[in-house]
Amino acid sequence: METTKQHGEIAEKAPNRSPEAGLSWTLKDGVIELGLHRAPCNELGSEALEELEQFATFLQRVQGEAHALIIYSEMKPGFCAGADLRELYQRSQAMKQAEAIKGVRDFLERIHRVLNLIDAAPLTTIAAVHGVTFGGGFELALACDLIIADKMARFCFPELRLGLIPGFGGIPRLKRDLGNSVVRDLLLTGRSFNAVKAQQIGLVSQVVGEGESLRAARATAAQLKKFDRATAAEAKKFIKPIPHEELKREIDLFCELFARPAVEAGLRKFVESTDAQPYLP
Amino acid sequence: MSTSDQTLDEILNLAAAHFKVPREKLSPDDDFFKMLGIDSLQTLDLLTKLENHFRVELPDYELQGVSDFRTLAGRIQARL
Repeated sequence: METTKQHGEIAEKAPNRSPEAGLSWTLKDGVIELGLHRAPCNELGSEALEELEQFATFLQRVQGEAHALIIYSEMKPGFCAGADLRELYQRSQAMKQAEAIKGVRDFLERIHRVLNLIDAAPLTTIAAVHGVTFGGGFELALACDLIIADKMARFCFPELRLGLIPGFGGIPRLKRDLGNSVVRDLLLTGRSFNAVKAQQIGLVSQVVGEGESLRAARATAAQLKKFDRATAAEAKKFIKPIPHEELKREIDLFCELFARPAVEAGLRKFVESTDAQPYLP
Repeated sequence: MSTSDQTLDEILNLAAAHFKVPREKLSPDDDFFKMLGIDSLQTLDLLTKLENHFRVELPDYELQGVSDFRTLAGRIQARL
């Protein structure tokens, strides 16, 4: 781990900022920043999961020294477009169904471990989002305490279009934060909605100008530095339960649905689309 | 309240500005995917711009089968 001392503070950089890396992180002045930079839009596949697990190890090691974590994207189209559906389809086609379902369950359990860690981290976590914040990307944002969105952000759970439900903890976390009628609207229609609507329903804490979400997140993190870290961590633990049982049931339901023919058909349609990114319903 | 023609005009102006295409090159019955050279992700950007400008909420499934500005204007007008 590369470490440099600057003005009495420790700045750490992950050693993985190679051209192939899709994530990188720093810790400076008590703020951890996790940058997502995997083309085209930070799709979450096996490589991204491995990198997230490395980040989780780093987070567990340094979280006692930090008061905030900011997660943001460097990719123009948006924060994160969700699971790498092309990889999911290709891998599931290459194996027998039972093996594919086992692989899916393993993936889900691993990503849940990472997101649960972020969700419960004893510091304030902020997702600074823009553009496409869909599926697994939306779930990554939901694991954070605050979402700051620029006015071009769009949120969506499109999983029903594939015969699936969100599998990275989205449903329990959405239910934790929003009224059931809004959750039903999002899940059952699969429609996307913009940042203004997201703020109106209580999902997004701030809507800022285009390109300003990271700046606003950093300003918020600077404010958080004024508070006693231990007290903030206890307050968070008190007001933000982790829905462990529901999260486990979500994995079970996802795996059950994955076995159905509609899923293979939905994935094939997505993968075979001639559009660069077929995100319209 | 805007008329359909006003709404259509505003949409054409917004699309031209957002995608940096000369306004005079766009007309109401154009296929906006082709004229603007955009994919579905960029269409969502356009949708966000339109929602913010007209202060409406337009479910993206209402864009199914819509590929020209005039029909898009009709969908927006129905929400005003």
